[in-house]
Amino acid sequence: MSNPGVTNQVMQWVETRLPIFSFINHSVGSEYPAPRNLNYWWSLGSIAGVALVLQIVTGIVLAMHYVPHSTMAFESVEHIMRDVNYGWMLRYMHANGASLFFVAVYIHMFRGLYFGSYKAPRELLWWFGILIFLAMMATAFMGYVLPWGQMSFWGATVITNMFTAIPIVGEAITTWLWGGYSVGGPTLQRFFSLHYLLPFVIFALVFVHLWALHTSKSNNPLGIEVKGPKDTLPFHPYYTTKDLFGFGIFFIILAYWVFFNPNYMGHPDNYIPANPLVTPPHIVPEWYFLPFYAILRAVPDKLGGVALMFGAILILFVIPWLDTSRVRAATFRPVYKGFFWIFVLNGLVLGWVGANPPEGAFILIGQIGTAYYFAHFLLVMPIVGWLEKPKPLPDSIAAAVLGDDAAKEAK
Amino acid sequence: MTTTTPEGGHEDGATRRDFLYIATGAMSAVGAGLFVWPLVDQMNPSADVLALASTELDLSAIEEGQAVTVMWRGKPVFVRHRTAEEIAKAKADDSADLPDVAVDADRAQKPEWLILIGVCTHLGCVPLGQKSTEVKGDFGGWFCPCHGSHYDTSGRIRKGPAPLNLGVPPYVFLDDSNIRIG
Repeated sequence: MSNPGVTNQVMQWVETRLPIFSFINHSVGSEYPAPRNLNYWWSLGSIAGVALVLQIVTGIVLAMHYVPHSTMAFESVEHIMRDVNYGWMLRYMHANGASLFFVAVYIHMFRGLYFGSYKAPRELLWWFGILIFLAMMATAFMGYVLPWGQMSFWGATVITNMFTAIPIVGEAITTWLWGGYSVGGPTLQRFFSLHYLLPFVIFALVFVHLWALHTSKSNNPLGIEVKGPKDTLPFHPYYTTKDLFGFGIFFIILAYWVFFNPNYMGHPDNYIPANPLVTPPHIVPEWYFLPFYAILRAVPDKLGGVALMFGAILILFVIPWLDTSRVRAATFRPVYKGFFWIFVLNGLVLGWVGANPPEGAFILIGQIGTAYYFAHFLLVMPIVGWLEKPKPLPDSIAAAVLGDDAAKEAK
Repeated sequence: MTTTTPEGGHEDGATRRDFLYIATGAMSAVGAGLFVWPLVDQMNPSADVLALASTELDLSAIEEGQAVTVMWRGKPVFVRHRTAEEIAKAKADDSADLPDVAVDADRAQKPEWLILIGVCTHLGCVPLGQKSTEVKGDFGGWFCPCHGSHYDTSGRIRKGPAPLNLGVPPYVFLDDSNIRIG
């Protein structure tokens, strides 16, 4: 047998015709070597994967009761909440699950930023991560439109109107997106169709993301390459167990939101049916879009604001080349480490500005925060990487984790 | 003199097979394009949406200083019966520093009736200012609460992120007190 682990006769019969067991074993089993020093920051990738599966499963069953029509959508959501067996729980899991999916992915992205996971040879791995993030944003936005409340309607209006900022063809593109002259029934129906499609696109992108991961292998908290078998542990049982523990924590946190605080991250205005004649006094997107919303509003120019907002995400594609440091992990970069935490703080400040109306001091703070956001990538990353003297790196993962003598023994 | 040409081909090295590749590829591209267009165009406004593209309104019930909002193409249209003071202010500001230059005379067929698309040209919110209790912004017209655009009594953008004046929909006076929008 190609795989000595497969002993059962039925499994062997399958294995010779479709080598599924050895595939699994090489992907997440004992045949997949992972750095032996991965900490809990490395659990967020698999947690995000679980969150995606949870969204697809709850989404498929919600679609059995939801009606994507402008006159019935709002009532069908109330029908799910009041009449459908466990409907309230499924919907709250879907809504809060989306938020936790973003929490997991944001931590995952900051992990990558801190430990230099975007640097060679993991640039494509990083790129597919950004594509997943973009697809998630589109999916989450269209999902928020489906209940057809006031925030759904006006959120959809504000976001789709961004396309009118495109010179010449902007109006035609927006009319095409709407299927009318404003957000309406046709818009709702196509958003439902795409909201159902995109998670499967995300699933495919995750597959490519993992393919790239299994080619370049995981980065690790030291940011140095794996040099030999002594630096690794078999993925199963070490990291399967560690990841399962992470899943447990994830589901406990999800249970808190679903059962004790299900509407905290939503907006009360979305329990008012959509009304195309009345804009709510204060439109805010879901929390996970707030920093980007602040960037959108930072410039008093329509095209400029929209371009900056998209630029804020697209700039992530080029950071493997903007970061000039030879050392991956910020652990060994005394200067950059400080800038990293300022960047995290700046992101939180932008989120806070995005949640508030664009008046008074918020305008100035938003502008400073936006300037700093871009300065981090365009100035800090190249200049600090150039000037900074990094701390000495350990010889190997094993030497750092086990001590020099033990590392030699393990050899 | 003898030249060697590829079997079944020409002197420049092209073969019948190359021709077939290009012809097949070209036909496939044309076919794919023909099929893609219906998939794209189905998202444009459908015939029933286009058919609802005009609205009629009786102005006689709107007192001076009042404003009403009607629906046209799924969007609000502001109809404001302007006071003499508002008209004077709008005309006086024709020479002000305007981001989107327009004179009031071009924006209203009859000065007392200002008819505008009630959609902020920034990101599409409905500005406040139709009801007497609502804020009208720094220039006495409309104020968009979403991102803080101020419009004057001619619906011109004066301050804030919106790039353009509130749009003037196509409309005709059917008689002295009836209009058709669209």
